[in-house]
Amino acid sequence: MERSRSDVWVGLFVLLGAAAILFLALQSANLLSLSFQPTYAVTAMFDNIGGLKRQAAVKSAGVVVGRVDSISFDDKNFQARVTLALENRYAFPKDSSLKILTSGLLGEQYIGIQPGADDKNLAPGDTITATQSAVVLENLIGQFLYNKAAEGSTPAGKK
Amino acid sequence: MIGWLHPARVGYATRRKLADFGHGARVFYRLIALFGASMRRFGLVRDQVHFLGNYSLAIISVSGLFVGFVLALQGYYILQRYGSSEALGMMVALSLLRELGPVITALLFAGRAGTSLTAEIGLMKAGEQLSAMEMMAVDPVRRVLAPRFWGGVIAMPLLAAVFSAVGVIGGWVVGVLMIGVDPGAFWGQMQGGVDVWKDVGNGIVKSIVFGVTVTFIAVLEGFEAQPTPEGVSRATTRTVVVSSLSVLALDFVLTAMMFSL
Repeated sequence: MERSRSDVWVGLFVLLGAAAILFLALQSANLLSLSFQPTYAVTAMFDNIGGLKRQAAVKSAGVVVGRVDSISFDDKNFQARVTLALENRYAFPKDSSLKILTSGLLGEQYIGIQPGADDKNLAPGDTITATQSAVVLENLIGQFLYNKAAEGSTPAGKK
Repeated sequence: MIGWLHPARVGYATRRKLADFGHGARVFYRLIALFGASMRRFGLVRDQVHFLGNYSLAIISVSGLFVGFVLALQGYYILQRYGSSEALGMMVALSLLRELGPVITALLFAGRAGTSLTAEIGLMKAGEQLSAMEMMAVDPVRRVLAPRFWGGVIAMPLLAAVFSAVGVIGGWVVGVLMIGVDPGAFWGQMQGGVDVWKDVGNGIVKSIVFGVTVTFIAVLEGFEAQPTPEGVSRATTRTVVVSSLSVLALDFVLTAMMFSL
């Protein structure tokens, strides 16, 4: 095919466009942070997961150590079954406990791992039952109102 | 008074609209089918990418920069009411990638490149160059329309990506350098809130669809123009009006399809 002077400029234009797409993918969407580390699966049972979603972070001491892989409902004991994909390079004691936490006041919910003291580590397929549910605002308010009502009624009963 | 309601008139108008529609659909089908042929003679497409893309780069990047500036200013005003001005980066990036990048680029592209396509092809028709080609057994759809169409389809997503990228930088200039939002929070929130496939990918899909829409309307209007100076001017106007409206309407449909699921 014949070459022409516009080749250079078209090439530069296409490269600029590709660079823009790359910039958007890497800088604003942070493609590189997607981890391709091998993971192992651990199951956890929660009474209430609140607003936890798939792909939510699993953090220990604030560092991301895994992701939430799947969330399902267990109708035997009416709990939420959350499967975590923890990175292979991190091992946790068998009696570690989980908490559902919120980053910031209005932020995303994530799972925090509190390491235990057991000598044995979590193995793939293990189930963690030492969990603390998400804080549900309505329950909190309900509890607060109930306590208030209890406070208000006790002195009345004494009279 | 009742003349335009006469059944014969209504029938004629309907038949003509349908014929126009069918003709447009057939030209569209031919343009799509000519993808391979256009790519084999890439020199023609390349010249069109040069003409439509490179020369639109200045207007696209300058507009992107200013849209980014304004988004950062307006976004900061809204977000600081809720005490979450750190989310500025995410807001700027999401609104550019999902909405403003493809749409504004398509509108500017219709004005900058679509009009010139229509005027060029319309004048070729008025000057009977297209008829002359047919006389020489050269298919004008293959030789004139298809390279322009595919050139526009290639150029448009690249321009939209440049627009969004420059806009994000513009938002950074105003948000971080001028207003003083923490740069770590600006980029961190953006990277946390923007998904590669859902946001960046769908934005690119949108810009490809708009590229096809705008370029096809421009090329068809030129090809269908009345071969008179007045006809060419009318076709050029119609290109801008029809493609802008189509882009905005399609944008709603695409957004509803992509992001509401």
